[in-house]
Amino acid sequence: MKCQVCRGPAVIDVRRHNANFCAEHFLRLCRDQVERAIAAFDMIHPGERALVAVSGGKDSLAVWDLLVGLGYEADGLYLGLGIGEYSDESGRYARHFAAERNLHLREVDLREEYGYDVPTAARATKRAPCSACGLSKRHLFDACAREGNYDVVVTGHNLDDEAAVLFGNVLRWQMEYIGRQWPVLPGGDGFPRKAKPLVRLSERETAAYCILSGIDYQVEECPMADGNRHLGYKAALNSIEESSPGSKHDFYFRFLDRAAGLFREQAGAGLEGLGACIRCGAPTPTEVCGFCRLVDRASAAEPVELIPRPRRRG
Amino acid sequence: MGNVKVLLRNPRREVELQGPLSVIALLNRFSLQREAVLVVRNGTLVPGDATLADQDEVEIRPVISGGSDRGAPRVEGVCSP
Repeated sequence: MKCQVCRGPAVIDVRRHNANFCAEHFLRLCRDQVERAIAAFDMIHPGERALVAVSGGKDSLAVWDLLVGLGYEADGLYLGLGIGEYSDESGRYARHFAAERNLHLREVDLREEYGYDVPTAARATKRAPCSACGLSKRHLFDACAREGNYDVVVTGHNLDDEAAVLFGNVLRWQMEYIGRQWPVLPGGDGFPRKAKPLVRLSERETAAYCILSGIDYQVEECPMADGNRHLGYKAALNSIEESSPGSKHDFYFRFLDRAAGLFREQAGAGLEGLGACIRCGAPTPTEVCGFCRLVDRASAAEPVELIPRPRRRG
Repeated sequence: MGNVKVLLRNPRREVELQGPLSVIALLNRFSLQREAVLVVRNGTLVPGDATLADQDEVEIRPVISGGSDRGAPRVEGVCSP
């Protein structure tokens, strides 16, 4: 296979573009796609400060690297979730990335600062682990952005993530969730703006970006995500993509172009009448916000011990 | 002469296969979707039409991340996904 730009040897085939690329031109493609997404959805303005939600995985490190490469001022925020060895290793990747590039990484450790971890919170609240994790992340990213005077919180959600979420929401016709699905959420009412500059790149492309850029990242899957329904949606979409390359892109971007506006009315459901949490000041429709209630229950619970997964060889 | 050494993840394990074989044949062997993995040979990405030879060290790297409640509302306490 030859690079479609320079005709040199290709290192990756991108079937949805019906094209192959050498390392140099694939990395340029990634930068162009991110630049295009930022401009098209008015995500980050010149001179603004971004706070990147960093997990140590491929997507968050790729988006941080791409933003800095494009000249944006971007700091990272890593949350210590307390998911055993997985979190220990993820933190090492995030710190190594920041140190190598002389970037500023802020850190918040749930156990040290709030007295709980994700496995304990999941058990104590009877939530799915990803739900307890997501609630903690949303609250703390917002809070850190407010405290640090950042203009925008950037996350590493990619095309596969967004297509899978849309697929799941459409399967159940969750109108208010569908109405809120957009690559950038405006700030206001105590919330910082949220932007997803990787929406034009697939998961395979962000992983390839990291490998070709020399970015070491956490490859192992979060042990608490086993059985997560989004993994099933991604597999279903990839089966379609296999026989019809470009389907994920068309599903998501044609939704944005042709259908998202039809659900805008439902998007505001539940967002009216927000007040400030009497404990932490975060926007909430109830007296005490969901995060403070989670902290109450999880920090009072006996910590869950995770049993390390054996590494199999053979 | 050694075979093609293949590292798989989640769970992490190593297998040996007789070369030569194409990247596509390798993925078919393990029933893997092309969109869900990258193939790295001796530290370098390789495209689908590449041929893997005996003594190559190959990693099949999964690219799909799981955990998510991404679709959840931005306000805590409104509802749970």
